[in-house]
Amino acid sequence: MPFTKQHRRLVATATAVVLGASALAACGSSDDSDTQDASGPANLTYWTWTPNMDKVVDLWNEGPGKKQQIKVTVKKQASGDTLVTKILTAHKAQKAPDLVQAEYQALPTLVSNDALADISGDAGDLKGKFADGIWQQATLGTDALYAIPQDSGPMMFYYRADLFKKYGLKVPGTWDEFAETARALKKKAPDKDLTTFSANDSGLFAGLAQQAGAKWWTASGDKWKVGIDDAATKKVADFWGGLVKEGAVDNQPMYTPAWNKALNTGKQIAWVSAVWAPGTLTTAAPDTKGKWAMAPLPQWDASSNATGSWGGSSTAVTTDSKHRAAAAKFAAWLNTDKAALTALAKESGIYPAATDAQLSGAFQEPPAYFSNQADFYPQAQKIAKTTAPAAWGPNVNVAYATFKDAFAAAAKNRSDFGAALTKMQDATVADMKKQGFEVAE
Amino acid sequence: MTSRKTRQSYGVRSAPYGFLLPAGILFALFFALPIGYAVWLSLHKVEVKGLGLGRGARSEVWAGLANYTDALTDSELLHGALRILGYGAIVVPVMLGLALVFALMLDADRVRLAPFTRLAIFLPYAIPGVVAAMMWGFLYLPDVSPFYFVLDRLGLPQPDLLDGGPLYGAMANIAVWGGTGFNMIVIYTALRAIPAEVYEAARLDGCSQFQIALRVKIPMVAPSLVLTAFFSIIATLQVFNEPTTLKPLTNALSTTWSPLMGVYQDAFVKGDIYAAAATAVLIAVVTLVLSFGFLRAANSRTKQEEAR
Repeated sequence: MPFTKQHRRLVATATAVVLGASALAACGSSDDSDTQDASGPANLTYWTWTPNMDKVVDLWNEGPGKKQQIKVTVKKQASGDTLVTKILTAHKAQKAPDLVQAEYQALPTLVSNDALADISGDAGDLKGKFADGIWQQATLGTDALYAIPQDSGPMMFYYRADLFKKYGLKVPGTWDEFAETARALKKKAPDKDLTTFSANDSGLFAGLAQQAGAKWWTASGDKWKVGIDDAATKKVADFWGGLVKEGAVDNQPMYTPAWNKALNTGKQIAWVSAVWAPGTLTTAAPDTKGKWAMAPLPQWDASSNATGSWGGSSTAVTTDSKHRAAAAKFAAWLNTDKAALTALAKESGIYPAATDAQLSGAFQEPPAYFSNQADFYPQAQKIAKTTAPAAWGPNVNVAYATFKDAFAAAAKNRSDFGAALTKMQDATVADMKKQGFEVAE
Repeated sequence: MTSRKTRQSYGVRSAPYGFLLPAGILFALFFALPIGYAVWLSLHKVEVKGLGLGRGARSEVWAGLANYTDALTDSELLHGALRILGYGAIVVPVMLGLALVFALMLDADRVRLAPFTRLAIFLPYAIPGVVAAMMWGFLYLPDVSPFYFVLDRLGLPQPDLLDGGPLYGAMANIAVWGGTGFNMIVIYTALRAIPAEVYEAARLDGCSQFQIALRVKIPMVAPSLVLTAFFSIIATLQVFNEPTTLKPLTNALSTTWSPLMGVYQDAFVKGDIYAAAATAVLIAVVTLVLSFGFLRAANSRTKQEEAR
C-alpha cells in the first residue's frame, strides 16, 4: 500500500533527523527509491522570488527539460517569511507547488510542518559541490536532503580604503582590533563612525553568532535544546553592546535614507556585510564607487578562520508534489549545472552556493562597484569555503522577531545587550513550549 | 383556474425572500462565514508532539479560551492599546477640530479662492497612507530632512521626532495631514445643506458671522461631527500603516507597537494564526463597543437637547 510505505518512510526520516542531529548514529533511510513518481512527463510549478528566474527556467524547458518531458512553470512570489506562510497555508490544503524557494533558516519550520520532501534518493550525489557549512543547512545535519542550496551569503568586512588610509587605520584581523579601530576613528574624527549596530535584520546577528560557533537549536532524543544565549552568542552580543554603549559605533538602523547618506558621505566608513554587499552599496552609496575594499570578516582569535552566512536560499521539493523525482532532477540541474548557474548569476545576480560556480564565467571580473579590487571573487570564494555550520530550529521566525524588538530597544537605550539576548532566548523557548515541543532546560 | 390563483399567491408570498436571497447569500459568504471561521480558529491551537518532525507530529486541537486569556494577559497587547489611546487622543480632536474650522472658514461669506483651497486641503486624502507615511518619515529623519537642515542653519534645537513623546506627535501629524481633508468635506457638505433663510433669520436677529458659526452652524452639523468622530475612532483603533512604514526608520517603534501590528506579527511572522484570530476578534469587539458606545452617547445627547 502506497500510504503505508510513504508513512514508514516519513517515520524513518523523522528518526533520521533526530538521530542525525544528535550525532548519535547515522541512519541511512533514504535509499529506498520510490517508484510512485518516476520522472517525466511532468508539469511542475515553482514558487520563487528570484528576479528573472523565468529566463533561467526557459533554458531548462528548451534543453534538458524538453528531452525528459519535464516542464517547469515559474510563479513569482514575495520573498522570505511571507512565502513560508504562503507555502504552509497551501500545504494545509495539500496544494503546495512542486518546487519552492526557501531561505536556509526556514527549512526546519517547513520540514517540521511536513511540507518538504526528502530528496536524497532523487537528487544524486551533490554533497561535494557545496561548502560543508552550507550543505549541512540543507540536510539539517541528517542523512536526509530537504533542499538543494542555491545561493549563499558568506560574510565579509567592507571598508572605505581611502578613508582608512587617511585616518591611519589598519584593516582589523580580529574583533578586538575591530573595536580598537572603532575607538581610534572616534578619537581622530568624533563625528564619524566605523559602522552601526542595526537591529532591523536578524540575519546579520545570526551570521555573526554562527561565526563565533553558536548553536541556537540542537536536538537530542526527542527534545530540543535552545542555545540562543549560549556562550558564543553572548560573546557577540556583549561585544556589540559594549561598542554601542561606549559610543564607539552608531546605534541607528541600516537600510534607511539616513544610513544611505552616512555611507555615501563617509560618515560611516565600514560595513560588516555579505558577498551581496556590492549591489546594496551601488544604490546606497553611488558616489563612493571604487573607494571601497573587501576583506575577510574579523576573527575571534587570530588563529581561527571562519565566517558566518547572511542570506542565501535553496530550492526544495514539497511533499505535495506528485512528481518528486522530476522536481528533484530540476532542482539539482538549476543549482549545479554550469549553464544554469551562469544564467542565474547573469540574469538574477545571485552568488551561487556551488563552490566551483563561484569562479565561473560570470565571476571572472570583480563587481563594477569594486573595480579596484581585481581579486574580489577569488577572495570571496576562499572566504565562502570557511562558512561555519548553522543550527536552525522550528521557530526561527519567533527568535528573529524578538531579536528585532529587544535589540532595537537595547541599541536605542545603549543598555545591556545580554538582557536583550535573554529575552530572545526566553521568548523562543516559551513559544516552543506553547506549541507543545519538548524543550530541554 | 384555482390552480393559477394559488400559484399567484404563493409567488407573492415568497417574493420578498427571493429578493433577499442574493443579499443573504453574499452576507453569509463574505461576512458571516469569514467571521465564523476566525472565531473557530481562535478557539483552536496547534499541538506538536516531541521534536515536531514528520507527518502527524502536528495536530489542530481544541484550545477553549486559552488564546483569549493569553491575549488578555499579554502585557504587550495592553501596552499597544495604551499607545494607540495616546495616539488617538492627539489625532481625533486635532483632526476634527481642524476639519471643522476649515469647513466653517470655507463656508463663510465673501471667502476667496474657496474651490482651490477646498481641493488643496482635500488632496492629501488622495495620497495612499503608506506613501504619506514614507514621505513624512523621510522628512523626520535628521540626516536627510530639509527641516533639520533649516533648523541647523538657524542654530535652533533639533528635536528627535522619531523617539519618545515626539514620536506620537509625529505619527499623529501624518494621520491629521491625510485625514483632515476628508472630514472637512463631510462637514462642509452638511453646512451647504443648511437653508439660507436660517442665516437670514439669524442676521435679522443681529448675529455676527462668528455667532452664526458658533450658535447656528455647529449645532446644525452636529450629526456630521458625530459621524466623522465615529470614523476617526475606528481608524485610530486600526492604525497600522503609519507605524509599520516608520518602523524601519527608528529603533523606537517595536513590531507590536499597535494591536493590529501584533496580529500581523502573530499571523504572518510567527505563523500562529490561532493567536492572531483571537486578538483580531478582541480588537473587533473593542472597536464595536467603543464606536457604538460613542454613537449611543451622542444620540442620547441630541435627544436630550431636542427635548429641551
